[in-house]
Amino acid sequence: MTQVTTTPAAGAAGTAGDGVMVRAEQVHKSFGPVEVLKGIDLEVRSGEVCCLLGPSGSGKSTFLRCINHLEKINAGRIRVDGDLIGYRERGGKLHEMREKEIAAQRRAIGMVFQRFNLFPHMTALQNVAEAPVLTGRERKGAARDRAAALLQRVGLGDKLGNYPGQLSGGQQQRVAIARALAMQPKLMLFDEPTSALDPELVGEVLDVMKDLARDGMTMIVVTHEIGFAREVGDSLVFMDDGVVVESGPPREVIANPRHDRTKAFLAKVL
Amino acid sequence: MSLETDTTERARPEPIQAVPVRHPGRWVAVAVIGVLVAMFVHLLVTNKAFNWAFMVDEMFRPPIMEGLRGTLALTVLAMVIGVSLGVVVAIMRLSENPILRGVSWAYTWFFRAVPRLVLAILFGNLGILWARIEFGLPFDRQIGALFGVDDFEARLFGFSALEILTGFVAGMLALGLSEAAYMAEIVRAGIQSVDEGQTEAAQALGLSRTQILRRIVLPQAMRVIIPPTGNETIAMLKDTSLVAFVPVSTELFFQLKAVGNRTFQVFPMYVAACLWYLLLTSVLLVGQYYLERHFSKGFGKSAQAKIRLRGITAEAGGSASEAGR
Repeated sequence: MTQVTTTPAAGAAGTAGDGVMVRAEQVHKSFGPVEVLKGIDLEVRSGEVCCLLGPSGSGKSTFLRCINHLEKINAGRIRVDGDLIGYRERGGKLHEMREKEIAAQRRAIGMVFQRFNLFPHMTALQNVAEAPVLTGRERKGAARDRAAALLQRVGLGDKLGNYPGQLSGGQQQRVAIARALAMQPKLMLFDEPTSALDPELVGEVLDVMKDLARDGMTMIVVTHEIGFAREVGDSLVFMDDGVVVESGPPREVIANPRHDRTKAFLAKVL
Repeated sequence: MSLETDTTERARPEPIQAVPVRHPGRWVAVAVIGVLVAMFVHLLVTNKAFNWAFMVDEMFRPPIMEGLRGTLALTVLAMVIGVSLGVVVAIMRLSENPILRGVSWAYTWFFRAVPRLVLAILFGNLGILWARIEFGLPFDRQIGALFGVDDFEARLFGFSALEILTGFVAGMLALGLSEAAYMAEIVRAGIQSVDEGQTEAAQALGLSRTQILRRIVLPQAMRVIIPPTGNETIAMLKDTSLVAFVPVSTELFFQLKAVGNRTFQVFPMYVAACLWYLLLTSVLLVGQYYLERHFSKGFGKSAQAKIRLRGITAEAGGSASEAGR
């Protein structure tokens, strides 16, 4: 009974009808003369966890940053939940969006950074509660209550009053995840969330991400954690030199990579 | 921590009691400085030109105290103008709008290139340009002439320039506007010292440019901005003496000079000026110390060390005060 009622409802709320949350078509991005992305096509369905793998410099982080318009793309289209990111199409022409409209689009897309980027002058609770209050979504009291609940959920219920400088890397990254979740995004982007962590702290962050995936969050994760990709990922995309080399179900790609470049990379990291 | 190992069973070696290195140079320096200080004190006491009794008698009189109030007011007002305008100019300088950037650059260029003394005297004489300062439609006469109306005036209100541009206001504007150019550079350095990732994280949360600046970047930039601002305030207090040449009569140096000129006892009053400025800047220095300590909270190495210490003592089960020593 519950299954029958929740599935269509989630589909209607989360997507523009066809169940696709992110659709990238022929995305190109250059930094000066260097072309970093050379035509990326990608589709992530609602509720899916998509893991982006690839050697450093392959453009996977850049691509992730294009999805919430932290980087402007030079050609192609990125749609999140049916809406074009950063531009409006009118009369066959693209119009740049205003700062405010871009900010509004970003509110629906959470992002977690490699180096956490917590606000050092605020406590964990303030870090999480700040954006919902500033964007006028919630009153201070309600935002604080929900921030406390979110921190509880990532296992930091006892660290509400701590400043980032007083937390370990793993704890900081969990606060960062809670901060992104506070905006109730329909999509979460993770940019190598465990790469800056001491090995023994990686697990606690991955656990929170697994928990999030189980709850049906749509996630795009740039990672080097093959184990996480295999266990949690619904799809795996292997990128190299600005193009998607191959993609598919993680277990298949990892067990039987078709492409030489994928084989070479997996041989190094496995 | 080491309780579980066997180190306690072995006898602790004797503490080192070595003969310290001798520093004969220090003793020579002390002797030389001692002689120089004695000579200086002798000069202060015996030279009649100091006229201490006269100086002490004069330096606390009501006109001087009024000048003192004027100097303090001028310092505060000029710094308020300087800091607030400086923040605006810095933000303009870092803006994506090329026109704002250009205006900001020109402003900083002009006010840093012209000496404050020249600026102060120039502002004091601005009354030569206009008898009245009026607000209304710009170029109203020219527009009137264009439509064949003679003496067309579209002015809302105005003041006599002499009323508005008093010496005090001219001095305040000269100091404040010039200070804004320096503060703009300080604020800009502060803003740029904040990690790029902070802005990115705030952008990703969907905050607006203004919100990011006000809530995320500026509070963190304060740590870098505050110490040089303290120095600027101290420099400003001293630079208020420049407006004595505007001239501004309600100002400390002007008043002290006036007494000197009137009584032909110029030198003692200059010494009085030295003492007054020494006293005032010393008070500011103390204030600066506490302000800097306040704003480095949670950031400095000592703060980090304290946090770490707390962690260690918690692990070891010791008391915090013990480890703090």
